[in-house]
Amino acid sequence: MISQNILKVENLSKKYVSGIIRTIMTIGVLNVSFELKEGHVVSLVGESGSGKSTVANIILRFIEPTEGNIFFDGKNILKMNKKKYYRMVQGIFQDPYSSFNSFYRIDHVLKQAYSYARPNYTRSSRQKEFIDILTRVGLDPYETLGRYPHQISGGQLQRILIARALLFEPKLLIADEPTSMIDSSSRAGILNLFKELKQEYNITILFITHDIGQAQYLSDRVIVMKNGEIIEQGATNDVFLYPKESYTQNLLNCVPSLYRKWN
Amino acid sequence: MKKLSVEILKVENLEGYYKGSFGLVQAVDGVSFSVNKGEIVGIAGESGCGKSTLAELITGVPKPLLFHGKGQVFVNQSPIYIEMPQYEITKFNRKMIKNKVKKQKEKVRKDILCSEIGYVPQASQNSLNPVLKIKKIIRDVMKQRYPNYKAGMQMNIGGELILSNDHIINHLEKLGLDRSILRKYPHELSGGMKQRTVVGISTLYKPKLLIVDEPTSALDVTTQKILIDTFLDLLNQKITDTILFISHDIPTLAQICTRCIIMYAGKIIEMGTMEEIICEPLHPYTEELIHSIASFNPDGTAETELKAITGNPPNLREPPKGCRFYPRCEKRKDECRENEPPYFYPKGKKNPVACWIYKR
Repeated sequence: MISQNILKVENLSKKYVSGIIRTIMTIGVLNVSFELKEGHVVSLVGESGSGKSTVANIILRFIEPTEGNIFFDGKNILKMNKKKYYRMVQGIFQDPYSSFNSFYRIDHVLKQAYSYARPNYTRSSRQKEFIDILTRVGLDPYETLGRYPHQISGGQLQRILIARALLFEPKLLIADEPTSMIDSSSRAGILNLFKELKQEYNITILFITHDIGQAQYLSDRVIVMKNGEIIEQGATNDVFLYPKESYTQNLLNCVPSLYRKWN
Repeated sequence: MKKLSVEILKVENLEGYYKGSFGLVQAVDGVSFSVNKGEIVGIAGESGCGKSTLAELITGVPKPLLFHGKGQVFVNQSPIYIEMPQYEITKFNRKMIKNKVKKQKEKVRKDILCSEIGYVPQASQNSLNPVLKIKKIIRDVMKQRYPNYKAGMQMNIGGELILSNDHIINHLEKLGLDRSILRKYPHELSGGMKQRTVVGISTLYKPKLLIVDEPTSALDVTTQKILIDTFLDLLNQKITDTILFISHDIPTLAQICTRCIIMYAGKIIEMGTMEEIICEPLHPYTEELIHSIASFNPDGTAETELKAITGNPPNLREPPKGCRFYPRCEKRKDECRENEPPYFYPKGKKNPVACWIYKR
């Protein structure tokens, strides 16, 4: 199978300017270019403040870039209709708790998404699809539907949000630190779910994380960022085993691992 | 004179519970272990397993809603919880007993809790007062100890007389902090510097036991490494004798700890050296926990497949009757459901494990 570029980011920059007379410029992202191939999982790793989440937010069109272009399937996303765009690109975020309104049952989130995804739905088809999609993400639909967010653990809430994103049958998932607020024992389940999505449904995933171990486990390619710039990118094993830049080497040396001890 | 002890911390059958409008939650249920001089002991487990509660109980001043149930904690061989007198409390001696207990409590607070234990609570880097300079925050801490503290006074620390300013600056420099931070406000420091400042403040009096609760969880890997090196320095320079390191991140514990305690639902299920826990875990829970971690492998042979632990930890309001891991365990047997496992010592091992499969 020849995999095509699904997303192409060209010279993306985001600068924040403050002050009128004496202007101060803060750089969020500077000259970032990369490509995502269809069916690949690409990890964006870096320390906090390196601009990983800014890239995600620009691709999800929550903030406008100062310079640069993003092409999705050959079309410039900044000129696309947002409603059409979100049918193809969906996001999953760090904090699953804040995506739910604690006064509503968890069905509410799914129902809302469903009314956008299939405007002419019937109740029975909706229920059928909910059951189908929740089974797909590894949840028991009869136990989860009709519950309130506080009755469910963080890992399960995150799975429901992944199910919500899957309702749109997206081609690209942007996962912004999806496991950092989840208990360590259910983290592996979420990572495995991403792997399944990639293998079975050929969904491209941009996986943003600060945990190098998760990036190594999940991804085909890795992009290392620092202070808003891309330091290094390449295939996972190339970057993690033979890093070219000293910054990457330094970062990898600091990662606590089960398999080695620092001197 | 007291005999020099090597056992700095000893916890005996400790129980603690939360009590409030939500009912009664037995968060720590019969925990016993001991820590010797020079050791760094890690406590690991899922969130809600009672790690932080245990730490709070060891400090001797549990926060409201948390209460000490049974059991005793010995720090440097002195108990920190006062036992009520055995004889009957009557109308006539009630006041006397009350006074006596109060006096004893004050003595314990002064001699043990405030001088031999250092405690760095969870997310304490965010608790530095934002309107005070670091200098004043440290001054406030010193004033608690010496009511007539002034900058530049002579202090007696560990038998030697030293100027208080020199002591503070020396101490901070040992932790790798510049003296210029004294003149800064907390928001001017980075996350790692704040965390080191907090550790510095809690080790000013050279406590024998330092308890750190999730110190690295909010930090980047590079800052995390600097902080862990700081902890090792503290031990090498004999500022503290032992460290109790609480974290949910086992790879971090693997870098620093000599021994590790695994907790599950308020109980210790396994204890052992760090290598034993990682390479040959005995308890099914430990085994599954180790296999669920996506750890970075510098050799490139990443774990072929991770396995998540199915299910959720039990609700501690109504803890299950038998083994607490029974509903999630893959190696469960019938006897696990009914009877709580005692500690077994498998062949060739010195360390206890609470699982029925090691019954002989």
